[in-house]
Amino acid sequence: MGLLDKEFSDGNIVITKTDDLLNWARLSSLWQVGFGLACCAIEMMATSASHYDFDRFGVIPRNSPRQADVIIISGTVTLKMAQRIKRLYEQMPDPKYVISMGSCSNCGGPYWDHGYHVLKGIDRVIPVDVYVPGCPPRPEALLEGLLKLQEKIRNESTVKKSA
Amino acid sequence: MLTDFGNIFIFILLAAVFVVFAIFLSSLIRPARPTQEKLLTYECGENPEGSPWVKFNIRFYVIALIFLIFDVEVVLLLPWALAYKSFGIVGYLVGFTFLFVLGLGMAYEWRKGDLQWDRPKIVPPVLDIKKFDTTIINGSEPQKKASVL
Repeated sequence: MGLLDKEFSDGNIVITKTDDLLNWARLSSLWQVGFGLACCAIEMMATSASHYDFDRFGVIPRNSPRQADVIIISGTVTLKMAQRIKRLYEQMPDPKYVISMGSCSNCGGPYWDHGYHVLKGIDRVIPVDVYVPGCPPRPEALLEGLLKLQEKIRNESTVKKSA
Repeated sequence: MLTDFGNIFIFILLAAVFVVFAIFLSSLIRPARPTQEKLLTYECGENPEGSPWVKFNIRFYVIALIFLIFDVEVVLLLPWALAYKSFGIVGYLVGFTFLFVLGLGMAYEWRKGDLQWDRPKIVPPVLDIKKFDTTIINGSEPQKKASVL
């Protein structure tokens, strides 16, 4: 039904408390698609492990995009994989978020010049919320990216913004 | 007054109502933007291919049945192993009778060949040429060839 999903087209209606509640719920249980691509995935796994503990921010790896809220593109996106990523992203339920992790998925990274098979940035296929730079980024950087994403979600509104 | 079972019944009722209420509430709040891609069968990003209604080999059923027997055996033997001492020699023998009957069943299915996984030999249909060793030319009488019949 989506009673509160961009149904109000005007900014005159004040539903801040509802927004706060929904955003708080969304940002504190960002379940990610259990999905790793390249060496960045190793760093992502390290972030999920006990030392950095992704779980304390509510990030739990899920086995299906149907149950996930965020997809972390962790590594080199080949052209072949890009189609699959596109589909995985499409199959996630709304609202969904994307963290692009590492130089490869940000812009192609070291494959910018000669990578005939590498997508030059995942944002050519799916919309990206947060870019995490690094090759690969340290777990702290990924955590920072996640906090940025949470910040972004915290300021979301169910009211449709008129441009 | 409520009996103890009445209390449990109310708990069960509350649990059911809570689930229905939570699903209804989230259906009000959540965004619903179905697309064709989103409603597609999830196959790890691949194109779903073929029908999911595939035929399983019937021998899986036999294996599952045999597995179930031993599954139940473990379930029944664990409490027995914990408590047979308090029943003396009789409890001990009861357990072994149970094991013996199961062993008989195991021997039976072994003898029947249900534990074998080799496929039955496929016998392709063969045309016996010698049987049809006559030719009909323009509806005339079938000419008998020199047959080896």
